[in-house]
Parts: sequence; C-alpha cells; structure tokens
Amino acid sequence: MTADAGYPTPPHFRKPLIDTPFHDRARALSQNDQFVAWAGYSTVDVFTTVEQEYFAIRNAATLYDLTPMVKYRVAGRDAERYINRLVTRDIRKLKVGRVSYVVWCNDEGHIIDDGTVFRLSETDYRICTAERQLDWFLDSAIGFDVAVEEITASVAALSLQGPTSAYVLKKFGLSGIESLKPFEFRIFEAEGRSLMVSRTGFTGDLGYELWMAPQHATAVWDDLMQAGRSRGIRAIGSQALNLARIEAGFLMPNVDFISAEHTVRMHRERTPLELGLAWLVDFDKPHFNGRRALQKQKAAGLQRMLVGLDIDGNKPAHNALLYANPTDETECGFVTSAMWSPTCKRNIALAILDTPHFEMGRRVHADIYLHRELVWERRMVTATVVERPFFAPERRRLTPPADR
Amino acid sequence: MNRAWDTIIVGAGHNGLVCAQMLASAGQSVLVLEAGAEVGGFAAPREFAPGFRASIAAQYLHQFSDALLRSLQLERHGLRFAATGLATTVLASGRHVRIAGDHVDGVSAEEATRWQQLDTRLARFAKFMATVQSTMAPRLGSSDFQDRWTLLKMGLRLRLLGRREMREFLRIAGMNVYDLATDELEDPLLQAALGMDAILGSNFGPRAPGTVLTLLTRRAGEATTTGGYRLPIGGLGAFAQALASAATAAGATVRTDAPVAGIVIENDEVRGVDLANGERLSAARVVSSVDPRQTFLSLLGTEHLDTGFVRRVDHFRHRGITAKWHLALDALPTFTGLPSAQLGDRLVVAPSLNYLETAYNASKYGEVSVLPALEISIPTVHDRTLAPAGGHVLTAIVNYAAYDAKDDLGTAREKLEANALAVLESVAPGIRSLIRSSELLLPMDLERICRVTGGHWHHGDLAFDQYLMVRPFPGAAQYQTPIRGLYLCGAGSHPGGGLTGLPGRLAAEQIQRTAP
Ligand SMILES: Cc1cc2nc3c(=O)[nH]c(=O)nc-3n(C[C@H](O)[C@H](O)[C@H](O)COP(=O)(O)OP(=O)(O)OC[C@H]3O[C@@H](n4cnc5c(N)ncnc54)[C@H](O)[C@@H]3O)c2cc1C
Repeated sequence: MTADAGYPTPPHFRKPLIDTPFHDRARALSQNDQFVAWAGYSTVDVFTTVEQEYFAIRNAATLYDLTPMVKYRVAGRDAERYINRLVTRDIRKLKVGRVSYVVWCNDEGHIIDDGTVFRLSETDYRICTAERQLDWFLDSAIGFDVAVEEITASVAALSLQGPTSAYVLKKFGLSGIESLKPFEFRIFEAEGRSLMVSRTGFTGDLGYELWMAPQHATAVWDDLMQAGRSRGIRAIGSQALNLARIEAGFLMPNVDFISAEHTVRMHRERTPLELGLAWLVDFDKPHFNGRRALQKQKAAGLQRMLVGLDIDGNKPAHNALLYANPTDETECGFVTSAMWSPTCKRNIALAILDTPHFEMGRRVHADIYLHRELVWERRMVTATVVERPFFAPERRRLTPPADR
Repeated sequence: MNRAWDTIIVGAGHNGLVCAQMLASAGQSVLVLEAGAEVGGFAAPREFAPGFRASIAAQYLHQFSDALLRSLQLERHGLRFAATGLATTVLASGRHVRIAGDHVDGVSAEEATRWQQLDTRLARFAKFMATVQSTMAPRLGSSDFQDRWTLLKMGLRLRLLGRREMREFLRIAGMNVYDLATDELEDPLLQAALGMDAILGSNFGPRAPGTVLTLLTRRAGEATTTGGYRLPIGGLGAFAQALASAATAAGATVRTDAPVAGIVIENDEVRGVDLANGERLSAARVVSSVDPRQTFLSLLGTEHLDTGFVRRVDHFRHRGITAKWHLALDALPTFTGLPSAQLGDRLVVAPSLNYLETAYNASKYGEVSVLPALEISIPTVHDRTLAPAGGHVLTAIVNYAAYDAKDDLGTAREKLEANALAVLESVAPGIRSLIRSSELLLPMDLERICRVTGGHWHHGDLAFDQYLMVRPFPGAAQYQTPIRGLYLCGAGSHPGGGLTGLPGRLAAEQIQRTAP
C-alpha cells in the first residue's frame, strides 16, 4: 500500500471509526459481528441476542463499554460559577465526590444535550455528554477563569449494571463499595491502577460506572469477568441497554429529543420543561443559559410535553402517531421510544403530546403499524398517560445493596 | 445605597451627553459618569504640547443635524463656529482638486459635470439614508406596530426615489466604492476623494464590499446639516462642553473622573453601578455609551448573559485601523502649488484609489502603511485659540495602522510617524523643520486613552452584518439588551459612529417609549 507511505498505520482515513481499549475483548465475545458507530468509535450493538443481554441486566450483572461517552475536564477558579451558568440545575449544591444529572440549553431555552457532572474537587469537574460540546463549552467560558479540555480518549469507561453488580465489585476487590450511595463516586487505588467508580448508570437498576486509564482497560475487564463468573456476568451491547433505559424512563438524545444545535425545522427543539424535566430547572439560582426564555415559557404554559404511555395490547408502538380522536385521526402527538417491557409486563412508550393531552391519566389513541411477512397491519389502541419511570426497583437505591 | 437616580449614563461621549440632555428634559433624574477628566470621548480636548490643543480623535463636526443642534440649544450653551462649509482639497505632489459640494475645481469640464451628477445622485440617496438613520431600526418579523410602521415608511421612502433611482440605489448600495468611483469618474484624485470618505474610520480598503454603504452612511449624516465641515471655536472639545452644559441646564448631573467598574444586577434587573473607587450608585436604569464589548463583557459580565449572546458580542468586529496625528508647528506650512487661502480646507492626501488600497494592504498583515493616506486639518487657520501666538496646529487622520501590529507599540508608532511625515513632506516640502512637537496615536493608544475597545471610530465596523436592525448584534439592537433596565446609547448602536448624536437621541426616545 504505497499510497499510505508516511502515514501512521492504519492511516486515519482508512479507519474512520476508532477502536475502544476494550475492542479486542468485545470482538472475542461477539457472536454475530454486530458493531455500530458511536461518537466516532466502533462499539457492539448486540453480542448474542438482545433478550439474553436484557435479562442479564435485570437478573445478573452486565458489562457495557462506555468509552465513547464524550468526556470533558472543567477546571479553574471559576469552575463552579461556569458550570452553574451552563446547566439548568444549581450546581453549587453538588458536593465533592458526587455526580449530578444535568441538561444545558441555548439562549432560547432549547436543550443542547444532557449529561452528568462529577465534582472531583472544589475547582475540578468532569462532564460526560452524549455529543461533542467543545465549541459550546469554550464559548461559554468567555469571561470565566476556567479551562475546558476534552479527555474522551484518555479515559476508558465501563458500565457494570444489574442486581449482582455490587457483589461483583466486592469480589473484584473494591472493599467498602457497599457504602457507595447513588450518585456518589470514589477513587480506588489497587495494584498500581487507579479506578474511579460512580454509582450511576442508564438502566434504572443497581449499577456502577468505572473510569480508568486506557492502559488498565483490558486487565479491569478480565478481572471483572472473572469476578462475575458465578453471578452470570455478560457483556452487553447498546440494544439491550436501550430497553433498560426506556423502562427506567431515561431520555435518549437524538431519539426522544434532538439537540437544538442539530434541528433545522421550526418547533423541533425541546426545552427541559417540555421534556418533563422541570425538576432539573432551578429558577432560584443565579442566571443560567436559557433562563429568560424558560421563564417566559413557564409563564405562558406548555404547548407540548414528553410523557410516559401505557398502551393496550402487547405490540410495541414504535414511532406511532397519537390521535385524540381515532375516528377523524386528529393528531395530538407521537411516540419517541416504545417497547414491550418484559419486566413490567406492560406495553410502554415515551411520547410527545400536545396540550392538553399530556395531563396525567388522559387517554389517547396509538396508531400502531405491524409489518408481518411483508404485509402492513394496523392497530388502533388506547394509550394512557402515566408516570415515569415504568420500572424503579428498590434495589437501585438500597445502600448497602443486597449481598448476592 | 444612596439616592436612586432614574437613569445613570456611563460615558460622557457626545452620545451619552445627548441622551442625558433628552432624558433630563423629559423629567428624569440623570447622572452621567465619565471615566476621564474631560467630557467628549473621541471628541474630548487634548493639549498635546504646551499651549497646543486639538481633540483626541475627531477633527470636524459635519454630521450633527441642524435640528438636534437647535433642539439642544447648543449655541445658547456656548457653541460658536470658527469655520463652516469648508471645502475639501485633494492633494498629490504638484496637483490638487478642490471640492465644494457638487462643484469641483481643478479637473476637466466633463469631469466636473460627471462629479456634479454623481454628487447630486449621492445626495439624493443620502437624504433617503438619513431618514433610515434617524429612525430606530425596526425589528424584522416583529408584530409590533412601531416596527411595522417604520419598515413600511422605509419601503415607501425608497419607492419615492422613483423607479429608476430606487433601482440605482439598490444596485450600488452593496457595491464597493472602487467600482463606483471608477465607473463614474476619471480623475484619480476625485476618485480617491470618494474612496477616502468611504473608508475613513472603517476596517476597509476601497475594494472591500460594503464601502458604498459606509460612504452613504457618512453622507447621510452630512445630509442632515447645512453647515458642511465645521470647526467649533476652541475645537471639538468646546462642542462637547456645550453638550455637557445643555445636559446640566436640563437638570442632569455630569461627573468626570468617575470610572464605572461594573453594572449592578439583582434578580435579573439593573440596580445601578459600582464605581472603580468602590462607591455604589443606584438607578432604575443604566444606559451605556461604552462600546458593546466592554459594556457586556467587562461592565456587566458574561455570567448574566446567555452563551449564544456572548458569542455575538465576541464576534462583533471592532478593531480600529485609524491613527491620529497631532503636530505643533512654529509657523504655517506651505503645500506645493496650493494657494495659502486653501490651507484652511479639509486637506486630503490620497493620490489614487490604488494608493488607498495599497495602504490598506499593509494593515492586513499587521503592519502600518508605507504610504499612508491623510485627512489633514489646520484649525489654527480659523481659530487662534488653539495655539500660542505664531504657532499652528496641524492634525491628521492617518490610514492605516493595524490594531494587532506585528511590531511592539513603540516601533509601530515610530514607523507610521516616519511614513506619515514622508508623505506630508512630499506635498509640503520643508514642513519637517517647522515641527515643534509631534504625537501619533495608534488605535491601541486611542483604545487606552478613550476607553473604546479596539480604538474603533464607530466602536465596531459599519458593515451589512453589523448595521441597522442587527447593530451591534441581534439581542442588543433597538438600544435594549437582554437585561431589563440596561440600554446602549453609543456609536456601537444604530446608526453607528461619527459626531451625529443619533445613537444617543434614538436611545433616549426608546427609553421613554419602553421604560417602566
Ligand atoms: C481618529 C478618529 C477620528 C475621527 N474623526 C471624526 C470626525 O472628524 N468627525 C466625526 O463626526 N467623527 C469622527 N470620528 C468618530 C467619532 O469621534 C466617534 O464615532 C464618536 O465620538 C463616538 O461617540 P460616543 O459618544 O458614541 O463614544 P465616545 O466618544 O467613545 O465616548 C465614550 C465615553 O465613555 C467613556 N467611558 C468608557 N468606559 C467608561 C467607564 N468604564 N466608566 C465611565 N466612562 C467610560 C469614555 O471615556 C468616553 O468618554 C473619529 C473617530 C476617530 C477614532
């Protein structure tokens, strides 16, 4: 390949997707070669079958490669003030050693992205995001004494989720892990490697996220797999995780909402109020991006809102249009995420509904299309607006977690 | 806090003072806070050598409307003119042409006719533009009656130019002045005169798109007065003094040596200002004539603003490019071939459009022009109060000096001064020996002395994307800001800089319309 002379091997344009540090392990376990692109990395969509992986999340322990999650370090004298102006929550209340789920908005109050903020010290934070944000984060830094740096490639990350995950970590050698509370993190030093463990996750279950230097990645993976053998640990891909997160009622960027930076059409942006995230918006703290617009929206009332739906029958309402009146098919919303929940034994969905249909307990009608042996069938079924999350087991919060 | 003012105005530049006079006349209690020792901003007086006085930046009063002059009663407040209606003489070594309105001497009869036609047409367009500039720029897509009415009037006025003239206006408005001048004129000096008016104060060479717009905005200002190029007795500082006196007479208080350190915000509303000396003054609203960048980034602070808005502030182009030169002379100089009766003219040294363009090129690469263009004024021809007996003042606007010079400030200053002197010598041989003292102020110097970011004539480029309803930028046009009670009234706002008083006047009107 003379054309590549002078380039490092393989040249970047021949391998547009990067491997994560866990790639060799993932490839070895993948049975059907289902890899997908995620934020510039190649990651596994399904290792074996979605069902097997999903049930492992709810009944055993699962490992999920989280490395492509975009990570930033925010440090400096004004770090707290900076983040407080960036996100809608009052970050002054976030103590060192804790994590917070946040969203951030543009001037119009439209969500740009969601993510988690880790407070490492008084002046040092980590922000994990779905999409790359450097441009917005740097422009937001104008006037603040703060340095923002992307560290995605220098932090490998794994998500260990499931009811036996605390046991696995103890077996793995993290003594005292049982005292870690939800949204807390701790740094464990062992065998010359430093491991940051946070009790966070995207499954709504007991679970942890592990953050480490890339050179320790495979060793940590191997040791966890070893420690979890007796507890049915298995590697999972993004599809199984997606099912768990719908049950937990978590929002997926670019599925349940589109970043305001990417929308082209009018009214496709979403504010946190519209996504049912009013609890994340603190109007009592000092100014933050989008505050004035959100205050206006709050005063004017919402035109639409994202809610949970409980749908009759057992056919997932993927992308279904929602009607107020099934006979004249007046649209009043649409489904963004849907599934048959094996754990809840309910047909659930997340949906955007127009006012006033988003009120709790209201009924609408879901227009469900089924593709059966090349023939489209249509079902019009009743759907009821219900509370989220659909699945919230006690064990996700219990500290110390059950030792099993 | 002490007593609360209705309005605190930050900066006693001419716009701040006009705004103060109007609000005070309307019954508001008004306090003007000026950081410097003198009022006037770019038009403040400066004794640059013992007994020799000039204004720091501005040279002529030529855009201040007769109507505003009357309504502020500036003559009653001491404003007198040493000269009005000054002609412009464009010089190259050995040759000159003299322009007085639509009449020009020193060119062929055909060229004089061409000039007359062009000037008449530009005057007509300028008159239209003057109505645009003296109205608050409407918001587009707004359902507000005022906005719609203004837009409608603008459209109607444009249409009233007549079909042919409207088309011609729309044809040239987006052009560059190089093309316009070379299309319409043949004499290089005349072409350069037009070019000079288009580029003065802006970060442009004559080939830059939008230079017909800058020409028209300047001429629009001039269309509001019959006075032409005027020199107040005592210099432009006396004009600023008269404004301050008018404001004071209307009930406003003007405090100098009172730099504002910050704007106080509580519950997302303006509460007053903090002075650099620690004093806190409270007010229902604060009106800033300080340039937009400083107003938002330094005085207010980005923590009170949304990131998207801050982006726009940060992208506002405000690099000054114009230098100012002050010479104390032992006697009147002589210019080759120029009758001494013309020494009091507005003297422009710019032999051709290409000369201007070449001068501009240097600034693109962080350098000063090798052969700079000059706009010269010798005010002492008309006004003896500005220099000791026998002495004379020669001031010049020197184009161009890159704001972000590659050289250190001292070297850049020395280079431009030497280059400017060589150019001056080429049209006024022997002048070097008359110089008692010389001071050249680069944009960086003007920034420091006048506290204007970039030292920019207009507080920020006048260009299509920073003009009308998007000046200085969306979210801060119409003199209002995202913060309740915080307004803008300086040259950074519509219609821009020059001693027009318009941003100050329009801001005052907007405040009266919208203030709680
Ligand atoms: C070299 C040069 C030559 C020019 N020549 C001409 C000319 O011949 N004719 C013409 O019409 N126009 C001319 N102009 C343009 C004209 O002078 C300006 O556009 C105009 O003076 C701007 O007026 P202003 O009131 O908006 O702002 P400024 O005059 O800039 O006034 C702003 C004031 O705010 C004050 N200030 C700033 N920060 C603070 C603070 N923190 N606290 C308190 N006060 C503060 C400053 O000290 C200043 O007094 C020239 C400009 C330049 C640079």
